[in-house]
Amino acid sequence: MAIKYTEDHEWLDVDAGCATVGITHHAQDALGDVVFVDLPEVGKHFDAKEVAGVVESVKAAADVYMPVSGEVTEVNEALRADPSLANSDPLGAGWFFKVKLSEPSQLDALMDDAAYGAFSANT
Amino acid sequence: MSSSTDPLRQTPLHTLHLELDARMVPFAGYDMPVQYPSGVMAEHHHTRTGAGLFDVSHMGQLRLLGPDAAAALESLMPVDVIDLPVGKQRYGLLLNDAGGILDDLMFVNRDYQHNGDVFVIVNGACKVADLAHIEARIGSRCEVIACPELALLALQGPQAVTVMQRLAPGIEKLLFMSGGRFSVMSQAQGTHQQIDIFATRSGYTGEDGFELSVHEKKADALARLLLAQPEVKPIGLGARNSLRLEAGLCLYGNDLDTTTTPVEAGLTWAIQKVRRSGGARAGGFPGADIVLAQLAGGDSAPKRKRVGLKALERIPVREHTLLQDTAGHPVGEVSSGLLGPTINEPVAMAYVLTGCAGPGTRLNALVRGKLVPMEVVAMPFVPTRYHRG
Repeated sequence: MAIKYTEDHEWLDVDAGCATVGITHHAQDALGDVVFVDLPEVGKHFDAKEVAGVVESVKAAADVYMPVSGEVTEVNEALRADPSLANSDPLGAGWFFKVKLSEPSQLDALMDDAAYGAFSANT
Repeated sequence: MSSSTDPLRQTPLHTLHLELDARMVPFAGYDMPVQYPSGVMAEHHHTRTGAGLFDVSHMGQLRLLGPDAAAALESLMPVDVIDLPVGKQRYGLLLNDAGGILDDLMFVNRDYQHNGDVFVIVNGACKVADLAHIEARIGSRCEVIACPELALLALQGPQAVTVMQRLAPGIEKLLFMSGGRFSVMSQAQGTHQQIDIFATRSGYTGEDGFELSVHEKKADALARLLLAQPEVKPIGLGARNSLRLEAGLCLYGNDLDTTTTPVEAGLTWAIQKVRRSGGARAGGFPGADIVLAQLAGGDSAPKRKRVGLKALERIPVREHTLLQDTAGHPVGEVSSGLLGPTINEPVAMAYVLTGCAGPGTRLNALVRGKLVPMEVVAMPFVPTRYHRG
C-alpha cells in the first residue's frame, strides 16, 4: 500500500493492518539535530491524534501524535539509542513505532504522496 | 572572540574528521566533530567500556617560564601552585576582581625551577581572553608563551592505558594528575616517524585516561596510530558533554561563568588550605576578600549553590530550565542537563537557593509547561575511575 501522511508531518507505511510510523524529511529538517525521543509504551492503545511521544532536538521539542487509532506493537529501540537516525534516515531506519490499526477507515482521510508534497511546500 | 562572519578555524585533525564522516559543528570558533556515524550514545558507551579518542585541539595551551612562574600564576587563582611537585597536575580557577570565574584550567609543574615551565591548558572559548588576562597581570613576572602549534588529543576509558602502554611502555606508571614526556613510533605508509608527546593522566570524562599534547605536524599521524588500535574509536563533542556531566564535571559557560564564585560553584575542594584564611599564603588572588568571606560562612555564605539533580521521570531537563520548590516558589535554574546514557536517567547541574541545596530536596522543573519532579543528589552521577594507584 502507498505511504500515507498526516498534517503533523508523519508518514505511515501500512502492511496487513499494521502501520509503521515515522516523521518526514520535512519534519526532521525543521527540527534540526534530534537528541532525544520518547516512544510510546508497547501494548498501549491510543486514539488518533493522541500524543504518543516526544521528539526533542537541539532547537525544539515536538509532540509525536498517533496518526490512527490502534495498539502499539513495537517501538524502534535503535532510534532510542541513536536519535540522530531520525535525521539521517527519517523514512527508513529512523522509524518511531508500529501500530495495529483498530479503525483502518481512518487512513482514507490521510494525504497521499502528491497531496503531502503540496501541503509541506506551503508550511 | 570570533565574530559570526569569521571563517571557522580547523584543528590539525580536520581532514581526518571528514574522512571518518563526522558531523561537524562550530564550537569555540572551530569546525569540530559533534559525533561520528555511530552516534552520541554509542560513542559515550564506548568511552566507558573501551578507549575513546577525542580531538580537543581547540583548547588553549600555554607555557609560563622563569623562576617566578608558579608564584605569578598563583597570584591569579585561589589555588596552590607553588607547592605542586614536579610532574604533577592540578585543577585551577582564574578569577576576576569580584571573585567570579574567568575560566577553569589545568596546570602542570614541568620543572619551571630548572628551565622547564608551568604548562597550562585552558578552554577554547576563553583562550584569547585568558592569554590577554595572564599577560596583562603577570607578563612582567614570567615569560608567557602561547602554543598554537600544539594539538591536544584525549584518550579516555578503561582500555586507554592498555593502548598507551603498548605504544609507550612505562606510561602506565603515571598516576592520575601526573604528566611526563613520551615518544611513540608511527609506521604509517612504511615510514618510521617518532612522535613526541607530553601526556598527563587526566581528562574530562570521569574515566581513566590521558591527554596528549603533540606538535600539530604530528597530530594526524598520532590520531591515526591510536585509531588503528583495536580498542579505540573516535568520539565527538556530543559524547564529551554527556560523559563530563555524568562525571559531575563543570562546563565553563554553562556551569561556571563570571557571575559564579568558586564557593557558589561548589569547587572549594580546589582551594587548598594554604590559600585560605589562616594559611601561609592566604588570599593574594583577585576577589580574595569576597571568596574568603564566602568560605567563612555565616552572613557571608553564598545565597545560591551548584547542585546535582536527577529527574524522577524520563524527561531530559536542559540548561535554562527554571526550577521551583514544591510550593511553587522559584528557587533556581538548570545550568546543564541531559539524559545520561550510562546512568540512563535525566541528570542536571543547577544553581539553587542554598536552602534547597541539601541532597534529597525535591524540586520541580518547568519543562514545556509541565512540572517535572527532580531530586538533589550528590555528584558524580556515575562513579569515577581515576587511576590513583
